[in-house]
Order: sequence, then structure tokens, then C-alpha cells
Amino acid sequence: MIGNDIIFALSVRSVRLHFLRSVLAALGIVIGVVAIASIGMMGANMTLSVTEELSDMANKLTVTPYTGGGGGMMGGPGGGGGSSDDDDAITEKEFKTIQRIVAKYGTAYTIMSESDQIEVGSEEGRATIYGLDAEIMREILTVETGEYPKSTTSVVVGPTLAERLDLKIGSKIDIGDPDEGSTTTVRVVGILEERGMSMDLSTDMAIIGTQKLFVGIYGGEGEYDQVNIVVNDLNDIDAVTEAIEDELNRKEDTVTIQDSSRMTESITSTVSTMTTFVMAIAGISLLVAAVSIFNVMMMSVNERIREIGILRSIGTQRTEILRMFIYEAGILGIVGAVIGAVASIVIGYIVVLGMVGTTEYFFAPGSIGYVPIAMAIGAAICIVTGVYPAWRASNLDPIEALRAE
Amino acid sequence: MSSPVIELDDVKKIYPLPSGDVTALRGISLRIDEGEFVAIMGPSGSGKSTLLNQIGCLDRPTSGDLFLAGKNTREMDDRELTSLRLTSIGYIFQKFNLIPLLSAYENVEYPYIMKHRKNDDTGRVRDLLAMVGIDENLSAHKPNELSGGQQQRIAIARALVNDPAILLCDEPTGNLDSQTSLQIMEILGDLHHRGRTIVMVTHNPETAEYADRTITIRDGMVA
Repeated sequence: MIGNDIIFALSVRSVRLHFLRSVLAALGIVIGVVAIASIGMMGANMTLSVTEELSDMANKLTVTPYTGGGGGMMGGPGGGGGSSDDDDAITEKEFKTIQRIVAKYGTAYTIMSESDQIEVGSEEGRATIYGLDAEIMREILTVETGEYPKSTTSVVVGPTLAERLDLKIGSKIDIGDPDEGSTTTVRVVGILEERGMSMDLSTDMAIIGTQKLFVGIYGGEGEYDQVNIVVNDLNDIDAVTEAIEDELNRKEDTVTIQDSSRMTESITSTVSTMTTFVMAIAGISLLVAAVSIFNVMMMSVNERIREIGILRSIGTQRTEILRMFIYEAGILGIVGAVIGAVASIVIGYIVVLGMVGTTEYFFAPGSIGYVPIAMAIGAAICIVTGVYPAWRASNLDPIEALRAE
Repeated sequence: MSSPVIELDDVKKIYPLPSGDVTALRGISLRIDEGEFVAIMGPSGSGKSTLLNQIGCLDRPTSGDLFLAGKNTREMDDRELTSLRLTSIGYIFQKFNLIPLLSAYENVEYPYIMKHRKNDDTGRVRDLLAMVGIDENLSAHKPNELSGGQQQRIAIARALVNDPAILLCDEPTGNLDSQTSLQIMEILGDLHHRGRTIVMVTHNPETAEYADRTITIRDGMVA
């Protein structure tokens, strides 16, 4: 008994007869599917993770000094630009203008920042030092352990920095490079709650003190690296942006205003472009698999020419011969795609965990959806690749085919 | 007088080759009636197998008409000719030509499934195998596990499974020893006595003796 679809049964038996060859051909598809799905899922998870983090900031705007480019992309102020030693700063006058504009829409506050060398005991490193208004600090930051800094010698630190340098309440940090001048010693009075990557302020790897402390170390009173604006109504974002542009950038660009949606768009677009590019490279593995399947199918046709002749001579239609070889390619493709899908979920999970750091969005439709897409591509490539060998088989002359040895 | 089940009218077959055309059949006209057992004889290269391939619809005549059960095959397309091979013609080859992927039983059942689009639930396959002397144990084996005689018996059962009007045999004993050849010819003789139309190509005069009539082909023509 071979079932009603005898043509399919013949295809299955042919695959089984050449098991090792079939497995190797299907392995190519497995690798291709895993590569495409894993990379796609990694990209999707990156995008979803960043989008989710930035969505909390939908009502926030950042104003930074105009530097001729697009302004800082991520992680808030910090890095090289100090408030005390260059012109790239928002002045007290500009801040007052911003404050006046924002008054009816929400609140605005200033941030001073500097990236500097630090020393804790014998350990050295770099960290971003933020200077914030003491009142604002209480409003926007949450201390997990300890308290908010009250004096000009006390600071709070981000949880990642505290973990790396084993900082505890009472730990002392020397800020500044001893080779370039004097250092300032501050005492940790609090450790902040984890805040993650943020457009307005990235505190996880930072030291945060009062602006008085900051000016005491770096100078630059009344000069700010960034102004953050919190708007009460999301719909006012555009109005505030326009008003600041009109006031401060009318004659020449002095400030850059960014909202999170633009940043989200920018990050999503960058990640998406990178993902597509890497997926295209991964797609090459499927192309190699396609060549392998084509080779296997051509071998199968060449080995079975006589069998094709027999089938034709006893009444098998051309379309049925065509179907038999398409089925064979399809079996390789579907088996490869299914195994590839299972492997993709396992490998993709590991890749996402390793590269993105969280699998929170792994099973989101936008992420796991890459598995069926990769499966469909893998199986379709197999079937398309099998068309020519199948067509060739179906068009063999029965007498010529019967003569084959 | 019986009605003709096979009729050829000035059938020619020319193979165009780069070195020049080769004429295999030079205008053959013949008629085979229902229930006849006809042997086609002739030396190698005379065109006997080419003639059988035309009658079996495996090939098309270059010119002339071939009528099978009154229908002109010239007017048929590939699909119709394939269908005719499935339902009206049973072919027995010198090299048995069983499908290596299928068991003996499945080889016989294959044309039945192709015609009826279902497995044989009538017992016909088993009956035919029993008729040609293949028991249940042997019918589970693949062709490469069977002797030449056993394979040819299975090929006969396969050729008969769809109860074709014509049974075509191309040197059916050519690959068998004399004892097995005798057994195969007895099966064919028995089928003829039951009314089956048989056309057999052979170069063996002893085998040809089983036929009612012998047609000799020489240089592509009826001698």
C-alpha cells in the first residue's frame, strides 16, 4: 500500500534512499534559515528595546548647544564638551528664554556635564560627572540606597558604576587627572536606581552632584551643556520646539532641539538598515544552499532517467513527473526550513540575549515573525531551485530515457 | 471477422541525425485483430522495436496513420497518448523495467493507482501476482531482490493490472534462461487463450511459435 498520492510517496522514498545527500542539502537550508531568522530577530529586538525605552520620554525635549551637526544622539550630555572651556554651552540668558517659553507648557532644567578620570582606591576609570540643581535632582532621580547629596562634597552614583567600582555609601572618589592638576575628593551618599539608556540623562554609569560641586571642579557658572524640557501635554511638543527655534535660532543656529520621536525614528532606521544589510549577507548562505539543492536535484534526475522512462512508458503524465521532482525539492526545503525554524528559536534566543541583553521582546510578533519569514524564503528557494531539474525530467523522451543505463 | 484493434497505414519513421536522416520504418501497413497473438521477427536493426514503440505510443510516426481501437493516434496530444498507455496498453520489456523504489506489489499496483486514483481494494493486484506465480512473501520484495524470471512475472502482472486491450512484449524472454523463458511464454500463451491481444517482438523462432501469426520486418518494411 503506498497511499493515494503515489507520486509524493515516490519522492519521499527517493529522499530516503539518498538520505545523507538529502540531509546535507537540507542542512544548507537550515543554516540559511537560522542566519536570516536570528539576525532578523536580533534587529527587531534591538529596535523594540530602544523604542520602548525611548517611549517613556515622549514628553521630553532636549536642547543642546548647536555644534554644526545634528546634536548628541544618545545618552544625554557628556563626553568631551565641558561647560567651562569652550563656547558650546547654553548661557544663563538662553536658559531664561527657554524657561520663559516653557513656563506655560511645562518645566525646564539645566544639566552640566563632563567626562573625567576618576579614582577609587587603587582603581582608575572614566565616568560622566553631572551637575544638577539639588531640587531637580530629587524630582527626576530615584535613590535606591542612601540619600540625595546635600553638600558640595557629596554625590550619588549610578548602579552600574557602583557595581563596577564596588562603590558603597561612604566610598570616596577622586575626580580629575592627578597628572594634569589637583583632584577633588567626593563622598558617595546614595546609589541611584537603574535608569537605562535615555536621551535626556544617562545616569547608570555616572556621578551626579550639585551644580555648585560641578562649578567648584570645572568652573563655568551659568553655562550649561543641556537643557531638558518636560512638557505637560504631548501635543505641545511642536509648539515648544517652534517657539524655541524662533527665539534662539532666528538669526543663526545656536541650539539644537531634539525630541524622542526623532531619536526613535533615527535609531530604528539605523538598526533597520544594519539588520537588512546583515540579513542580506546571511541570505548568501541561502544562495549557497540553493546551489546545493540544485546540484542534488540534477543528480537525482540524472540518476533516475531510466526510472523516469519506465514511469512515462506505463502511463505517468509529464505533469506528474514534474510534480514528483518538485515534491522532492519541496521535502528538502520544508524539512530544512522546519529544522531551521526550531534551531532559529534556540539560537536566536541566545543571540538576542547576548547582543541585546534582554529577551523581553523575543516572542513579540515583530521579532518571532522572522522565523516564518525565513522558513518561507528557505522553502521557496528550494522549490524554485527544483523547478528546472523537474522540468528537465518531465520533458525527457520516454524511449531515450528507457535506453539510459 | 474480428475488428482490428491495431491498424497501421503506411507508417514511416525517420530519425533526423546530424550525420543524416535514418529511416527506421519505410511505410508499414498492417492490421492486427482483437484476440490475435502476433510475433514480429526480423534481424537486429530491422525496425521491429521501432514498430512496437509506435504501436505502444511511446513514439510518433513521422508519417502515416496508426489506429488503436479505431482511434487515430495522430490526432492525440502527449497527454492523451500517455493516458492511452495507462489504460489500453500493457508493455512488457526485455529488461523488465520495474520501478526500483517500489516493492513487487507496489509495482503492480502503481498503474492501478494512476488510473483509479486510489489503492487497489478489489484484490486484483494480489490475484494477478498469484496468477503469475508470485506469492505474498515475494511481493513485498524490491525488484533488485528478485530473480530475472520473478521480475518478468511481476512486469506481466503490472502490464495486465488495468486490463489493457493490447499487450506489447519487447523480447520478453531475451534476458531469461530457457527454463524461465518457457514459463513466461506459457503465461503469455495462457493470456492469449483467454482472449488477450498480444504483439510480441522476438528474434527467437521457438518463442514465435506461440503466436498465431508472424510478421517479419526487414530494412524497415514488412518482408
